[in-house]
Amino acid sequence: MHNKRGAKEKQNNGKHHLHLFLGFFRVGVLGYGGGPGSIPLIHKEVVDKYGWLSDEEFGDILALANTLPGPIATKLAGYIGQRIAGVMGMINAILSVIMPTIVLMIVLLASLSSIRDFDWVSGMTAAVIPVVGVMLAVLTWQFFEKAGQGIGWIKAIVMSAVILVLLELAGVHPGIIIGALIIAALVKRDGDRSAEGEES
Amino acid sequence: MLYWNLFVAFFIPGILGYGGGPASIPLIENEVVQRFEWMTVKEFSEVLALSNSLPGPLATKMAGYIGYEVGGPIGAAVAVFATVAPSLILMILLLGFLYKYKDSPKVKRLTLYVRPVIAILLGLMAWRFFADSYEGIGIWQTAFLIVASYLLLERFKIHPAFVILGTLVYGGFVL
Repeated sequence: MHNKRGAKEKQNNGKHHLHLFLGFFRVGVLGYGGGPGSIPLIHKEVVDKYGWLSDEEFGDILALANTLPGPIATKLAGYIGQRIAGVMGMINAILSVIMPTIVLMIVLLASLSSIRDFDWVSGMTAAVIPVVGVMLAVLTWQFFEKAGQGIGWIKAIVMSAVILVLLELAGVHPGIIIGALIIAALVKRDGDRSAEGEES
Repeated sequence: MLYWNLFVAFFIPGILGYGGGPASIPLIENEVVQRFEWMTVKEFSEVLALSNSLPGPLATKMAGYIGYEVGGPIGAAVAVFATVAPSLILMILLLGFLYKYKDSPKVKRLTLYVRPVIAILLGLMAWRFFADSYEGIGIWQTAFLIVASYLLLERFKIHPAFVILGTLVYGGFVL
């Protein structure tokens, strides 16, 4: 949303930048397990804490981010930053999410001399993996519940089962499935009122 | 020339690396080790091992560190830019287009259609995390951490930051 309201906008912008920095910095230092590990944390910050996106929007953005190549956490950060505070917001969010760990990498690799030190770091972080798994599982359930409310439980379960088979057994790339669904949604004739989502 | 090479080395994995981090690792290895010979296989795997156990996106960590090793701060910036920018620009354009028609029934339907896929993808990710943990620290530790963190996060509504920091301390002492 870009309105032309001078002073208030400026003040808001400062606040947005601070929030983008804080939110994505937290994601950057807590998101263990690479990109996927950051997803529940990003959801927590942008939907629950700052209310920048609705759950629906977050789902759409996540879907699109999944169809495009490249790292997912920075794509989400960059897009959300851009939406909240323009190009500077984009740069702010990306740097906040990646800089802490890059600096940590450089420092650690310069100072870790023996493999034993590596093991110690690995031991610390190994415990976080199941915790991030739990956060992902909770988010999974939230999305599944929404899918059930949106298109009906039967349809949601059947669709999920088909998608699961395609992904896991047939080895179809998720990007292809999401792409196909997006195209199906866009070319289907309007006036079909069978699927109405809950309006918030 | 060096910066150009760095750009190329990370642009290619960024564009071809579907599925983010893990998918782009072999591609990055191909550029960094085989093609430009900036690192040995052993060095690369050490960097990867550390990368894996630190938070944040994998591909950008690798890009940042290797870029810095090869070409200093500017090298790091170039490598990270090459990793992040192409797909991000595409995403901003596509979503901008989509939100122009935000209120059209088509876009609303899109939201409904993609939800099950997102749920499944997140579910698979969660599954992979549990499986990795089972292989890494065994069934009992994994089960304990799953139950404990679920209770803390969902029952007691403790902020993830505290739960993760607590887990780090636990891991440091116990594992």
